[in-house]
Amino acid sequence: MDSQIALLLTIDGVANGAIYVLIALGTVLIFSVTRVIFVPFGDIAAFTALTLASLQIGKLPGTVFLVGLLAGTAFLMEAVTLLRQKRISQLPRAFLNYLVLPALPTALAIASAGFKLPLAAEMTLALLLVLPLAPLIDRIAFRPLADASVLMLLIVAVAVHFAISGLALLFFGPEGYRTEPISRAVFEIGGATITAQVLLMVCAAIAFSGLLFLTFGHTLAGLTLRATAVNRVGARLVGIRPTRMSTVAYLLASVLAGVSGLLIGPVATLYYDSGFLIGLKAFVGAIIGGLVSYPLTAVGAVAVGILESFASFFSSTLKESIVFFFLIPVLIWRSLASPVHEEEDEEIV
Amino acid sequence: MSALLEVDDLRISYGKVEAVRGVSLRVHDGEIISIIGPNGAGKTSLLAGLMGLVPATGSIRYQGRDLAGSEIEDRVENGLCLVPERRELFGDLTVAENLRLGSYVRRTDISGTRQRLDGVYARFPRLAERRTQRASTLSGGERQMLALGRALMAKPRLLMLDEPSLGLAPLIVRDIFHIIKALKETGVAILLVEQNARAALQTADSAHVIETGGVTLSGKAADLLHDPRVVATYLGGAA
Repeated sequence: MDSQIALLLTIDGVANGAIYVLIALGTVLIFSVTRVIFVPFGDIAAFTALTLASLQIGKLPGTVFLVGLLAGTAFLMEAVTLLRQKRISQLPRAFLNYLVLPALPTALAIASAGFKLPLAAEMTLALLLVLPLAPLIDRIAFRPLADASVLMLLIVAVAVHFAISGLALLFFGPEGYRTEPISRAVFEIGGATITAQVLLMVCAAIAFSGLLFLTFGHTLAGLTLRATAVNRVGARLVGIRPTRMSTVAYLLASVLAGVSGLLIGPVATLYYDSGFLIGLKAFVGAIIGGLVSYPLTAVGAVAVGILESFASFFSSTLKESIVFFFLIPVLIWRSLASPVHEEEDEEIV
Repeated sequence: MSALLEVDDLRISYGKVEAVRGVSLRVHDGEIISIIGPNGAGKTSLLAGLMGLVPATGSIRYQGRDLAGSEIEDRVENGLCLVPERRELFGDLTVAENLRLGSYVRRTDISGTRQRLDGVYARFPRLAERRTQRASTLSGGERQMLALGRALMAKPRLLMLDEPSLGLAPLIVRDIFHIIKALKETGVAILLVEQNARAALQTADSAHVIETGGVTLSGKAADLLHDPRVVATYLGGAA
């Protein structure tokens, strides 16, 4: 391998890493607020790309049915809970939140079916269609288990992933899709060719993670999210509703995953189940950040991207194995770096 | 006039164990009511039940309205606040951020929030000095001050304090009780659960003694200070 190839692989790896950064940050955000390791998170990214692809070939995206099914189930569950607790006055609000709001982008998609929209409008619509998925899954699968252990929540998350990808097979079909490129421009920088697509991926990753940091550090919404992550009981005692905060976390994280899905759509052929591996690699990045540190997570996710790109140069059949093999030393390093767990519990008091 | 808080036949069970067995009490506006009693008598469970942290049966009426089916967050919005025994601060956040979150339910009232923040810093100068420090780095007394300050930021009408003197040095305990008395002057009603019976009775208007989940003795705090049964059990004999 000469330096020219190394440079190419690095650029390719950084572009991959940019995708993983967005998904990994979302994973950490959801975990810190809800303690759920949201396994289907990669699916959210893949679904955004599949939705966009369907819109581009003029088909009604399967997401419409998926959202409909989830919204109906979530509303029924909420209605039963409210009736049982004799809080009937809150039914209209539940109707609005769980049925009307998710149905809005769906209605938009149905209304615009058959028209050829500009690319930006298609991308926005695809993102809007995917946004309700994660909060609805949260309502259906995780809210009834709010006090369960992290392991229990993880097991449920794995089950949810299989359920969701099964439904995706039903709604999207078994074919692979690739979306239209956002830009075909190519730049020559210092002897290396960089496509506009790659530049866009890196810039989007920087912009959206920057946006996340700003929200977290400088807004009341970010402060309440952090507070809920630090101490749920304390949050409730000052009047912050953890269920509302988890919805906010799932929405914010879905924006990140959705954007990454829009960015990989043109460079990779995606299937109904492609999200799992993407999510898993992003998860390796999140583990490097210990599921708490956002900057370390970002560094870890880029490292995973670069590692993957070099691994695929040496052996394209073994590239996944090489990436996941590196999880082992990382886990050993993490367990050595923070050996005592009780300390964290004490801090909360 | 009806009381601010009317509790009738409150019962709380953990499985087969009944921690609170039919407690009834009243708290009026601007009044300090103490609840004293030994460890495990059900004092903390009582407050948790009033706040909605644990399920309870019986009737809780606050501001004339039944609280059945109202969530913790609704109670906070209506000015019912709890400073729990474990404080439940946001350890990773700074003192200033903790206080800002305290007024979360009053977040639209910006000028009121600023006024209350100034009030809290005036009442607890230590918190003002440490406003950029993380809550987890504070000493026990400072944490208690921060927990109190955070609750005050919500503009409470009824403040429930669970063991505010627990684990604090005697001098700081004296400060805390001074502050509780001063709070009463601002019109806040206080329901005070304490093991430090002498300090609690000296601060309160009236008091209840709770043993194994039920009220065994009630009366004016000044009378209970000299009641032989209270003196023998809770004040260590020498009154």
